[in-house]
Formats: sequence, structure tokens, C-alpha cells
Amino acid sequence: MATQQTRTLGKLAVSPSVLMLLMWMLVPLSMTIYFSFLRYNLLDPNPICSLLTPGALLDAENRCLAGFSNYSYFLTDPAFFKAMGNSLKLVGWVLAISVASGTLLALLLDQAFYGRGFVRIMMIAPFLVMPTVSALVWQNMLMDPVSGFFAFISKSFGLQPIDWFTYHPLASVIIMVAWQWVPFATLILLTSLQSLDEEQKEAAEMDGTPPLSYFWYIVLPHLIRPMTVVILIETIFLLNVFAEIYVTGTAGPAGNLPFLVYQYGLIANDIGGASAGGIIAVILANIVAFFLMRMIGKNLEA
Amino acid sequence: MARNASIRRKLVVTAFAWTVGLVIFFPILWTVLTSFKTEGDAINIASFFSTGWTTEAYSVVQSRSNYVQFAMNSVILALGSTFFALVIAIPSAWAMAFAPGKRTKDLLMWMLSTKMMPPVGALIPIYLIFRDFGLLDTRGGIITVLMLLNLPIIIWMLYTYFKEIPGEILEASRMDGASLGKELLYVLTPMAIPGIASTLLLNIILAWNEAFWTLALTTKDAAPLTQFIASYSSPEGLFWAKLSAASTMAIAPILVLGWFAQKQLVRGLTFGAVK
Repeated sequence: MATQQTRTLGKLAVSPSVLMLLMWMLVPLSMTIYFSFLRYNLLDPNPICSLLTPGALLDAENRCLAGFSNYSYFLTDPAFFKAMGNSLKLVGWVLAISVASGTLLALLLDQAFYGRGFVRIMMIAPFLVMPTVSALVWQNMLMDPVSGFFAFISKSFGLQPIDWFTYHPLASVIIMVAWQWVPFATLILLTSLQSLDEEQKEAAEMDGTPPLSYFWYIVLPHLIRPMTVVILIETIFLLNVFAEIYVTGTAGPAGNLPFLVYQYGLIANDIGGASAGGIIAVILANIVAFFLMRMIGKNLEA
Repeated sequence: MARNASIRRKLVVTAFAWTVGLVIFFPILWTVLTSFKTEGDAINIASFFSTGWTTEAYSVVQSRSNYVQFAMNSVILALGSTFFALVIAIPSAWAMAFAPGKRTKDLLMWMLSTKMMPPVGALIPIYLIFRDFGLLDTRGGIITVLMLLNLPIIIWMLYTYFKEIPGEILEASRMDGASLGKELLYVLTPMAIPGIASTLLLNIILAWNEAFWTLALTTKDAAPLTQFIASYSSPEGLFWAKLSAASTMAIAPILVLGWFAQKQLVRGLTFGAVK
């Protein structure tokens, strides 16, 4: 009796969030898919299609159906290759930097030293900084070639200051974004290091295991799983980096896929093209998501 | 001897760790320091520590631009979206943790998968819907988006916390003849509060720093601090001290919350995969 009642209540309790998420997912996605097959420009929503493409079909709102032309246009746009390359470089570099330095920093924070709590919060802090703040602070106060801090350091060593954003825009964005995401990797790897069996640690110490082989044979295998989690979760967020590029004005040289979609849609008003780009981004993200979901699903069973 | 060696080792590690920590923390520290300079002093690093300190930049930021309005928007958006998300998520997570059905696991995975969708996939329709319904640059519109955006994370996090509440306690209270309402109010709620508080904390941080939808969908009236800071990207004249003051005010509350929420960050952002 009670279980039957609880179960009905349970369904009632779950349904609002399911319905809302369902709408949040299905409505925009299906609209994006639909738009991606339209010749739809906000400035000129109902062009005379027959002039553009003889024999073109119209939808209910007199917008021209475009078939796959938005996709072929987006996929052959040189800007797409550039943006795709930038997306991949950004994700790849930031992942490499954050996993490598995250591991080292986590190992460091796992040692006993004075003021550990304070050092830990200092190392985590960048992750809590608003993306627009970190973008502007890095661009102006650190990387400015005339009066930025890095220029000051270079000059005091008698070196030529680097004009970061003019000559290395993508590298600048990568450094900035890595600074924000290294703490995330550190935090997760540290959490997992601290769950390493104390007895194992002591046993290794008693046996006089050299630190390097201790790391290689005991610590690293233990860290593989959290590392995978870091890689997958960071990938999802890094594929969507936007504010850093928007704010620093590096769209041309360092713009990634999300930014290109934004440019197509909200700047050039080409809804059809932007939607096709959006769908391509969704497909890419889904490939990553597939692996992440399997990881987390396994964890749910354990 | 051995003891001395271990203390020496600890001192070396301390010096090294503090150095690394300060290097990583430096951009934030530098921002805070610069915010207490005049504009002229802010760009002269060579004489940075020999010139005076002032809170002038803060009052300029305050008086010239409508800082308070942006800050208010940030607070309203973060708290509002968190509040509504919790109202919807708590019953769901509750039901899935204590009355799981056959498909609960699939449902959880599906909820997680909505988080995987890149925002650009939804940007155009949401923008058009917002435009047509007059929701662009309104607090209500942004609160809805932020709420939906973080709902999966919130449900997951609450679920992992609720899962840790032992089911035997429920059975015991039922045996004692407690009604469902009493069971919820007196037995479960007190045990769930810490998990709910942690979730709340994490979500405020996420909503406060969200900078895709807030940049794309707001311009002025509902614009939070992300947008306010972004307006500094096309500056006129000297602006570092003002930028620093505005930035310091934008990140300080979250740094404080983050201090309390370190563990929750891990659990929430890994969907319970790392605890």
C-alpha cells in the first residue's frame, strides 16, 4: 500500500523536472534542426526564393527551404576550418596543460607543509573567477605589450616584450583558459589522491619503495580514472569556450566553433547557416558525451 | 636527526608550495592591488609599490557606471535561478533516491545528457523565442535559462547526497507509525539540509559566472556583472584601476563562497563520479 502510494508520489515529484528538461532539450534542438534546412536571414526573412534557386520550395511561413545547402556552405567556409582547428587546438592544449600540471600540483598539495589550506585555496581560486574578468585582466594587465606585467618582467631582464594578443592570439587564449581549468584538474586529482589507501602508502614507505616507482605503480594507476573524468568534463566545457574570445576581440585569429556560430547568427543574421553550424557542434559534443556517459554510468552501477 | 631532516623537508616543501601557489594566484592578487591605485600609478609597475594607495577607483566605478544595478542583477539571477532549480530538483532527486523505479537510472543518465548539449545548438531558437516573447534582457528570461542550464547538475548532486541517507531510518520511523508528511519533515529534512546547502552553494557559483547566455541574451536592464566587465573590453583612456576595482567586486563574493564549497565543486562538477 505504502509503496504504491510512494511510487505515485515519486512519479509526480519527478515529472516537473523531466518535462522542463525535455522542453529545454527538444524545443530548441528541433528548431535548430529545422532552421538549418532553411534559407533564413533575419534581415530578409522572406526573399523571393525562385529568383535565388529556381523551383525552390517554401515552408508555411514563406521561408525558402534550402536542403543541405547551409551545411555545404558552412562546411566549405574557410572560416569553419579555421574555427574547427582553433577549437581542437584549444581543447587539446588546455587538456594537456591541465592534466599534467594538475597532477603535479595535486601531488604537491598532498604533501604535508605549513599553510596547506591557504595554498590550496590560492590554487583553486582561478577556477572561481568569472571568465570575462580573467579574460580582461590577462589581456590588459598581464599580457599588454607596453605596460603589462609580463612586459615589465621581460624588460627588466633586458628582453623584448612579447605582443601576446597581436602575434599569438590563440596561444594567449589557451594560456588564459588553462589558468582557469588547471585548478579544476588539481582539485579532482587531489580529492582522489587523498582517498588513496593510507595503509598502502605506509607499506610502500616501509618497503623503501623509491618515490618514482611508487608514483608509477601505485599513484598513477589510482589516478587514471579521475584523469579520464577530468578530460571528459573539461572537453565538454572547453568545446564551449566563448566569453574569453568575445571579450578579448580575438574572434578572427582565435575564434572557435561556438564563436563562429554566434557570428553567423547574431552578427550576420544568417539563421540557417548558424543553425547548421550549431548542429555540427552538437554532433561533435555528442561524440565526447558518449564516452563520458559510459564512464559515469559505470560508476552508477558500482 | 631523522626528525630534523623531516622538518627541513617540510620547510622546503612549504617554501616551494607557497611560491607555486602565489604564482598561480598572482593575477588575482595583482588585480586586487591595482584596484587601490590611481589610473596613472596603475600602469607604472616599476614604481608600483612606492606610490600611494587609494579607493578612488571604487568610487569612480560606482558613480560613473551603474555598478550597483549590474551587481543586483547578478545576485537576483544567481539566487533566483538557484531557488527555482532547487524547488523543482529537490522532489525529483528525493523520489529517485528513495522510491527508485525501474527506469530511474536511465532517467538520471538522460538528465545528464541534456547537460552535454552545447549551448550554440540552442542559441538561435532561444534567441528568437526570447525576441518574439519580449524576454530579451529580462531577469525572468535569464533566470529561466540559468535554472534549466544547471538543473541536471543540481538533481545529480542532490541525488548523490540523498542516496547517502540510510533507508533504515525511514523504515524505523514508518514502524513507529510516522505519516509520510511527518517522515519528510522530522526525519529526512534535517538529514538532507547539508546536501541541499552544498548544492545551493555550487549552483550560485555556477550561475554567477555563467557567461555565454548572459552575454548573448542581455544588454542593459537584466545584464549581470559578466556583461558589465565585458563592457570594459572597449575602454577609453586609462582604465586599469577601474577595471581592477570592478573585477575585484565581481569575483570577491564567489571566492569567499568557493572557500566553503571546495569539496562540493568536485562532487557537483563530476556528477558524483569523484567524491
